[in-house]
Amino acid sequence: MYVMHEICSSVKNMKQLDFSVLVRRANQIKEELKQGVKKPYRELIDVSWGDPHRTGVKPLSFVRQVLAGCLYPQLLESNRLKVDVRQRAQRLLETCAGGSVGSYSDTAGLTQTLKKVSEFITRRDGGVPSHPDSIYISPGSQWSLTNILNILVNPEASPKTGVLVPAPSHCVTTQSILGLGAEVLPYYLTEEQGWALQVEELQRAFDSAKGVCKPFALYIINPGNPAGGVQSRKSMQEVIKFVSEKKLFLLADEVYQECVYGENVEFLSYKRVLAEMGPPLSETVELASFHSASKGLIGECGLRTGYVELVNLDPSVLKLLDNLFSTNSCAPVLGQLTLDLMINPPQPGDPSYPLFYEETQRIRTTLIQNVRQVFEVVNSLPGFSCQPVEGGVFAFPRVYIPPKAIQKAKEVGMEPDTFYCVRLLEETGVLARPGSEFGQKDGTHHIRFCIMTPQHIMEELLRRLSIFHTKFMKEFS
Amino acid sequence: LAGATGGVAVRPVCGIQRDNGTKMSQDQQAVNGVSCVSKVLTLDTMNPNVRRVEYAVRGPIVQRAVQIERELREGVKKPFTEVIKANIGDAHAMGQKPITFFRQVLALCSYPDLLEDNKFPEDAKKRARRILDACGGHSIGAYSASQGIECIRQDVARYIERRDGGIPSSPDNIYLSTGASDAIVTILKLLVCGEGRDRTGVMISIPQYPLYSAALADLAAVQISYYLDEENCWSLNVEELRRALKEAKQYCKPRVLCIINPGNPTGQVQSRQCIEDVIRFAKEEHLFLMADEVYQDNVYADGCKFHSFKKVLFEMGPEFSSTVEMASFHSTSKCYMGECGFRGGYMEVINMDPQVKAQLTKLVSVRLCPPVPGQALLELVVNPPQPDEPSYSTFMKERTAVLAALGEKARLTEETFNSVPGITCNPVQGAMYTFPCISLPQKAIDKAKEEGLIPDMFYCMKLLEEEGICLVPGSGFGQKEGTFHFRMTILPPTEKLKVVLQKIRDFHLRFTQEFS
Repeated sequence: MYVMHEICSSVKNMKQLDFSVLVRRANQIKEELKQGVKKPYRELIDVSWGDPHRTGVKPLSFVRQVLAGCLYPQLLESNRLKVDVRQRAQRLLETCAGGSVGSYSDTAGLTQTLKKVSEFITRRDGGVPSHPDSIYISPGSQWSLTNILNILVNPEASPKTGVLVPAPSHCVTTQSILGLGAEVLPYYLTEEQGWALQVEELQRAFDSAKGVCKPFALYIINPGNPAGGVQSRKSMQEVIKFVSEKKLFLLADEVYQECVYGENVEFLSYKRVLAEMGPPLSETVELASFHSASKGLIGECGLRTGYVELVNLDPSVLKLLDNLFSTNSCAPVLGQLTLDLMINPPQPGDPSYPLFYEETQRIRTTLIQNVRQVFEVVNSLPGFSCQPVEGGVFAFPRVYIPPKAIQKAKEVGMEPDTFYCVRLLEETGVLARPGSEFGQKDGTHHIRFCIMTPQHIMEELLRRLSIFHTKFMKEFS
Repeated sequence: LAGATGGVAVRPVCGIQRDNGTKMSQDQQAVNGVSCVSKVLTLDTMNPNVRRVEYAVRGPIVQRAVQIERELREGVKKPFTEVIKANIGDAHAMGQKPITFFRQVLALCSYPDLLEDNKFPEDAKKRARRILDACGGHSIGAYSASQGIECIRQDVARYIERRDGGIPSSPDNIYLSTGASDAIVTILKLLVCGEGRDRTGVMISIPQYPLYSAALADLAAVQISYYLDEENCWSLNVEELRRALKEAKQYCKPRVLCIINPGNPTGQVQSRQCIEDVIRFAKEEHLFLMADEVYQDNVYADGCKFHSFKKVLFEMGPEFSSTVEMASFHSTSKCYMGECGFRGGYMEVINMDPQVKAQLTKLVSVRLCPPVPGQALLELVVNPPQPDEPSYSTFMKERTAVLAALGEKARLTEETFNSVPGITCNPVQGAMYTFPCISLPQKAIDKAKEEGLIPDMFYCMKLLEEEGICLVPGSGFGQKEGTFHFRMTILPPTEKLKVVLQKIRDFHLRFTQEFS
């Protein structure tokens, strides 16, 4: 029988996340609630994923109507769906082989969708040109990120390949890096400054590789996850100069680009900032930027669609990337069509526009409200603080866990913030994720929860959290 | 490219040329060439394993086919008006219609307001409600658990039990995936380890579906090729397995045996005896069995029957059923559904060490979850309309029609190719392809070598240029040295298929004549 010592060692190196313990318990609690077991709450509030539908945000009607029409074209023969829905579904089906969403597309994606994506990027970036040949649609942005890391990481290299990664950071990427046999080099964002990135810290992280691994790539998330900062142009320029100087491949995870809240905050893409810095940087810095249909107002995580745009890559490498991607055939076609709908929503004058506007405005307003409420409530509680959430879909407040609680956590073999999350789940039915999973400065503790929820859910969440937090702090004072 | 922001002349990006009407200009290419000199990521600095990855099904011949399609659109005159893409197992692209019931349920899942609509049958609504209840926030747009939605895994387990005459299947052993390919690559990733002579060796048939060779190259696993017997309908001979294994033991540690049944590209359906022999061999040699069974409903030939590896394993008794480790794979892309674009699939793992299984579970969590519409579709495939349900008769009619048409096309293809001097074709017992042997005149082989092409690639390219038919050369799948083949799908509608077969026959005769 296959035993542990025969398993791929990099797979073994991937961390076993504490979160799986929380999920198991949450599922148990769900069952218990179903069976009528008495608890201080009637429903779980699961804010552990950046998954708006899971928290109760409704899908956009236009999107789902068009997809229904594409799935079952008989719907297009009656007036059941509005005329612009029918027209769009018709047009989208014509871009699919055999007029069906059940056929494969080309490896990089449906030709028309790629064209639309490149047009979207050009619009977004104030005219900086984008070419469909540089874009690959994939089953979620993580898929193409992992495969590009696969190209970057030589598993047999000695010293190992190193990838600079923000702390805190999306843990899935860290896992992918370890699973491929590379090293993670964390660079710590500065919490007190709204999780800003300091170039000196990039340098420190780079230098820490000496004797350990060879840094080859820098991964950055903007807007951040879990830290909700949005980078300024100046900061982005510093990063670009840094990667150029240190000869690093830049991986820019921009899936939260639609979720930006601050008053004077603007999302700028790395591609745009790079292009506007002019040559030689604009012609030499190698960049992969990622976007997704999972986040933003459309929030279609379950459809698994994202894309990567490649800038300044060596054409021979691109050819091999194409080969590699081709082995997985193509991204789910329904998701590819969703991408089209995301970047080409109904326009004023279209029959579906009023409802679309109403739905998206509601989500936007709620988000801004949620962000404000979280900031106010969390910062009003002793032992709890939260940086302003400028972008992204998470709050990552700091919990000042008392020494007694830290001790208790040690006794039960848990990280302190995992212990906090376990208690939070048991006592209030709120499922959040412990900061220890994401990387945080030693001695600090955090929790992460999704803020893209309906208004009443956020209010209830904050109510339960406040009560729990106060109680917890008192218990371990 | 003046006019970009701030008046800065922005250089074009380096891009691979895809021939879909967006070619770059000459001087753009020159500029790109110059600026590529001191790149960070180059052929030398990249992962060397990825350099060896090839996938013929979407390889160079397909790229040329796409180019020709573009030329046709631009009005270039050719001896044909369309390119027939008989290279890829994509039924819908060739005009096969989706199963009505499946699409109804999926439409209901996508836009649940339609549940109020009386145009949809009750059994479709019932299933849609069940699926939506199992989704986060009642939406197919929410992430699911990384192993897949629990009630769907339960239904998959029940399906397997029904299919295998009651042999128990546990939902915990079921992992839903993004097509079967995702699951296959994941298992291989898990199982390949070691260095030098201890590097994991993976046995795979020649010919094989090139996902396997690609994955093995990417993982730097050692590929151990075992030859299927063309003279005997591509059957698998255990003696050949033994030969391949013995030889491989000198330079690697053989640990995995992959088998595709029904076969791709060969279409053979293994006999029950053969499957037992393979299982016995796997037990003797401590091999992890990977049984790729995505074509399990595609069985046409008289006397042939699909036997699932799991069923045979358990019917061989506890000596085998409690020791042989196995993963079997299925998908929503083939069979009678042909829903490739949904990327639905699953694997069932048998007798896996619990610690190893925990590692597998950890590994799949990194890709978050398989596409939920694909999971929903899988639910319908394993839980189709029952005889007492309103959609049953339409469903059975559609299913039967698709499989009957495929069977007819399989027979027609075999007959036609065998009537051509220089082409011999084994019966297409199952799957969706034919893999005939073509004899090429020596002059053609020499010409091919001159042009730096493998002879069957030379043949297929010429066929593409002259007739607009895109096949995949046998070299893309592996074949005995000195033999040549091509793989063609049997998916075009019958009338079109007849035309395609005729054209290939004519081409082959012409080709033979030209190079005599």
